[in-house]
Amino acid sequence: MHNKTLAELNLGLQAKKFSSVELTQFFLNRIDKHIQLNAYITVTPELALAQAKAADQRLAKGTSDLLTGIPIAQKDIFCTHGVVTTCGSKMLANFTAPYNATVVEKFNQSGAVMLGKLNMDEFAMGSSNETSYYGAVKNPWDINTVPGGSSGGSAAAVSARLAACATGTDTGGSIRQPAALCGITGLKPTYGRVSRYGMIAYASSLDQGGPMTRSAEDAAIMLQTMAGFDEKDSTSVNLPVPDYRADLNKSLVGLKIGLPKEFFGEGLNEDVAKTLALAIDEYRKLGAEIVDISMPNLKLAIPAYYVIAPAECSANLSRFDGVRYGYRCESPVDLTDLYTRSRGEGFGKEVKRRILMGTYALSTGYYDAYYLKAQKIRRLISEDFKTALASVDVIMGPVTPSTAFGIGEKMDDPIAMYLSDIYTIAINLAGVPAMSIPAGFVAGMPVGLQLIGDYFSEDRLLNIAHQYQQVTDWHNFIPTGFE
Amino acid sequence: MEWETVIGLEIHTQLATRSKIFSGAATAYGAEPNTQACAVDLGLPGVLPVLNQEAVRMAVIFGMAIEAHIAPYSVFARKNYFYPDLPKGYQISQMDHPIVGVGHLDIDIDGVTKRIGVTRAHLEEDAGKSLHEDFHGLTGIDLNRAGTPLLEIVSEPDMRSAKEAVAYMRKLHELVRYLGICDGNMQEGSFRCDANVSVRPKGQAAFGTRAEIKNINSFKFVEKAINHEVERQIALIESGGKVVQETRLYDSVKDETRSMRSKEEANDYRYFPDPDLLPVIIDEAFKAQIKAELPELPEAKKQRFKADYQLDEENIAILTSSRPLADYFEAVYKKSGCEAKLCANWITGDLSAALNKAGLEINESPINDERLSGLLARISDNTISGKIAKQVFEHLWQSTANADDIIAEQGLTQISDTGAIVAIIDKIIADNPSQVEQYRSGKDKMFAFFVGQVMKAMQGKANPAEVNKMLKEKL
Repeated sequence: MHNKTLAELNLGLQAKKFSSVELTQFFLNRIDKHIQLNAYITVTPELALAQAKAADQRLAKGTSDLLTGIPIAQKDIFCTHGVVTTCGSKMLANFTAPYNATVVEKFNQSGAVMLGKLNMDEFAMGSSNETSYYGAVKNPWDINTVPGGSSGGSAAAVSARLAACATGTDTGGSIRQPAALCGITGLKPTYGRVSRYGMIAYASSLDQGGPMTRSAEDAAIMLQTMAGFDEKDSTSVNLPVPDYRADLNKSLVGLKIGLPKEFFGEGLNEDVAKTLALAIDEYRKLGAEIVDISMPNLKLAIPAYYVIAPAECSANLSRFDGVRYGYRCESPVDLTDLYTRSRGEGFGKEVKRRILMGTYALSTGYYDAYYLKAQKIRRLISEDFKTALASVDVIMGPVTPSTAFGIGEKMDDPIAMYLSDIYTIAINLAGVPAMSIPAGFVAGMPVGLQLIGDYFSEDRLLNIAHQYQQVTDWHNFIPTGFE
Repeated sequence: MEWETVIGLEIHTQLATRSKIFSGAATAYGAEPNTQACAVDLGLPGVLPVLNQEAVRMAVIFGMAIEAHIAPYSVFARKNYFYPDLPKGYQISQMDHPIVGVGHLDIDIDGVTKRIGVTRAHLEEDAGKSLHEDFHGLTGIDLNRAGTPLLEIVSEPDMRSAKEAVAYMRKLHELVRYLGICDGNMQEGSFRCDANVSVRPKGQAAFGTRAEIKNINSFKFVEKAINHEVERQIALIESGGKVVQETRLYDSVKDETRSMRSKEEANDYRYFPDPDLLPVIIDEAFKAQIKAELPELPEAKKQRFKADYQLDEENIAILTSSRPLADYFEAVYKKSGCEAKLCANWITGDLSAALNKAGLEINESPINDERLSGLLARISDNTISGKIAKQVFEHLWQSTANADDIIAEQGLTQISDTGAIVAIIDKIIADNPSQVEQYRSGKDKMFAFFVGQVMKAMQGKANPAEVNKMLKEKL
C-alpha cells in the first residue's frame, strides 16, 4: 500500500479495497518500524485513527475528497490545534497552539489523516536537518548522510514511505534541496500562493509552504488543497486556483527550456552535471528546445539572502522571550536575566547565529550598507528571472551542488553549509515557483533536477515534471530496506 | 538673559475603531485583563497581522481635516525592542512612509491666530500594560490594550510657551472628537502627549538641546510639566551646565521631571518594513469619498452658528465645543421652533449643569432633544412660566414622560384666564389695605409685594405678564 500514488490510494479507498483505518494503521506501523530515521518529532496515532474513522464514514457517505482518508504528515512548523508544535526547537518543546495553520485546516477539511509532525531544522534554519533540537534525521538512501533541510523529516518520511505525502516549507530551498537529496518530488509555489497563517515564520518575505510527494501528479493533488487566498495572510494572493491536474498530460513539443550558464559552472559536482545532462536530453526527446541563457545576478543571491533572511528572522523570533509561552529559564533574577537565559538556553547555535547576523544588518549605521543593498540585489535578481522567463518557458538546473553529504560533515563550516543552497536561494528572492524532481543517481544517491517557472505557473511546472515522470522511473525508486 | 522656549508635541491618539488595528479583538476599555487579546495580540507563533481598514480611513479623515498631504503609498515598519508588554518583541508602526504628511492646525492665543505645523501623523499599534502592584513582587501583563490603533501626531517645534502647547493640544483634542476618530478620554489614555522641550537665548536661530517628556495625560500636567522643564533647563544653563538630550518622565505628584534614559542609552529600534503587511495604497477615489463624508469642522461650525443663530460668543464656544452638543442644540432648535437664544440658554444652563452634576455626556443625557424641545415649546407659547419650567425640567430628568404630560398631570398650566386672576387680585387688594395705601402714596416697590401675593395664591401658575397688567389697572 505504501507504494501507491495518492490517486491510487483514493481509488482503493473509494472501492473499499482497504479502509482509511487500515491504511493509517499500516503507515503507523511503518513509522514505528523505521523510528531510527528520526523523521517524526511527534507521532499522533490516536488522533490519526480517529480522523481515519471519520474519513471512512465520509467515504461511505460518498462525500469524500481526493485526500479523504489518506495518511499525510505535517512539517512541525505548521501549528496544529491541540498537538504540540515545536518548530524543531527546545524553545517550543512545550508549545501547543490553540489554532490550526490554514494549511492544516485545509487538509482537515479535505478529510486527510494526520500521522504526526515531522522533524526539521530548528526554526527552518539549516540545510541538513542537523540543527533540530530533536536530533538529526537520516537519509533513507544512506543513513550516514543527511536528508537535507530544513524539511528533512518531510523528505525522509516520503522517501521511506512513512507517509503518503508531506508538507514542507521553503525559504531558501528547504523543500527542494531535501527533496533532491532524498529522491522525491518537491514544489515551492509562487510566494503568496499558499497561506502562511499558522506557519511559524522564519523569513516572512521568503517563506512558502508546499507539497513534498513521490510524483508530480501527487504534488498537483496536494497543492490543490494547499493553495488559495487566505484573508488571514495579507501577503497571500487573491487569484483563482487552477485545476492543477488538468494540464498534466499536455505535450511538451515546442517547450523552450533555458539553461543558465551560471548554474552549470564551477562548484557543481561533475557526476551530478552528467546526470542532469541526461535528464535534459529526455526533455529534448519530448520535443523541447534547449536554450542557453545567462542570469548575471545569480551569484549575488547567497549574500543577499543571508542579509534579508536573518534580518527578518531577528524580528520574527523576538516573540520567543520566555514571557508568555515556550521555554523559560529556571528562576530568573530579573527581566534581563529572564530574556537572556530563556533565549540563550532555548535557541540552538544556528538560530542564534542568524539572529545576530540579522540584528547587526539592521543596526543604525549598517542598515543602508546591508539591508537596503540586499533589497536592491533582490530586485536585480527578480529582473533576471523576469527577463529570462520572457524568452523561455522554464529554467532548468541543479538543485544541489552534490548528492547528500555525510552527517556532521558541514556542521562546523556554516559557509560550506550555506553554499549547498546556492541553486535554490535566488528563486525565493524572486518569489517564482520551482520544483525538484528525481533525475537519477550518483553512486546510489539521488540527484534532483530543478524546474523554475514564471509567477503562478505551478500548473505548467507540474505538467513539465509529470511528462518527464511518464518517460522516466527515477521517482519510483525506493531506498533499500523500505520496499 | 532672556530665554525663548521651543516646544514640539507628539500626541498619541487612540482611534475609535471597534476592533484592533491588526486583529479582530475588541478595543473596549476596562475589560478583565487579557480577555480582549486574541492569538495575534498575544504574538503567538505563526499568526499574522491583517490591517483594519477603518483605522486607515480614520487616519485619512484626520489628514484631510488638517489639510495635510495624504501619502498615496505608506509602509508599516517593525520597531524592535524587548519589553514584556510588547508581545512580538516589535511594535508595528510607520517610519519612512507615514500615512499623513505635512499639515497644520491654527490655534488662538489671546485673540491672535497662530498656525502650528504638523510634521506627520502615522499609524501604529499600542502595547499592553505592565501591572506592578498586586503581584507580590512579580509583574502582571495585561494585553487587552496591545494592538489598539494609535495615530501618532507629530507637530513642528512651533510652540513658544506652555500656554501655546496647551492651546494646540486642546485644539487637537476638540478636532479628533469632532471627526469621531477618538473618544478623547484622557483618563483612559485615549489621548496622550509627549513634549519635546528646549530653550534658547531670545533671538538665536539654532535650537537648544531638547528633552522629551513622556506620557503626560492631562492639559494641566502638560502646562506644569513644560513650565517645570523650562525652569530646570534655564537654571541648568545659567549655572554653567548643559542640557543633555534625554527622555524624562513627569511625576505629577511631586510636580517634577526626572531622567528616564539618555540618548546614549536609547534603543536602536532597527526599523525595517514589515514583510507581513503590504504597502497601503490610497487613491484619489478613496480620498474623494472621505472628503465628501468629512463632517463640518469646529471653525466652520463656529462661523455658521454666529451667522445663523446670532448667539453670543460664550454660548457659541460652549455649543460648538463638541459635535454631539452642537447637534443637540440644532435638533432642539429645529424641533421646538423656539428662538435660538432660549434653546442655547437652556442647553448651556440648566441642562449642562445637570449633566455636569451627574457626570454625564450630552449623548448620555436623560432628557433627549425631543423632550427638551417639548418643554421649550411650552415656555415659548406661554403655557408655563420660566419658573414652572424648572419644575418640569426636574420631572423630565427623573422620568421618561414628556413635558406636556407632566404639565397636564400636575396641573402646571399657566393661568391666563383674566376672570380667575381678577378675582384673586380683588381679594388681595381687599385683604391688604395698608399696603395698597403705601403703594398708592408712591411706594413703587410695593408692586412686587402684590405680584408675589397673586403668584402665591395661584401657585405660580398665573401668567406673569397678565398679572402685571391687571394689577396696574386695579391699583
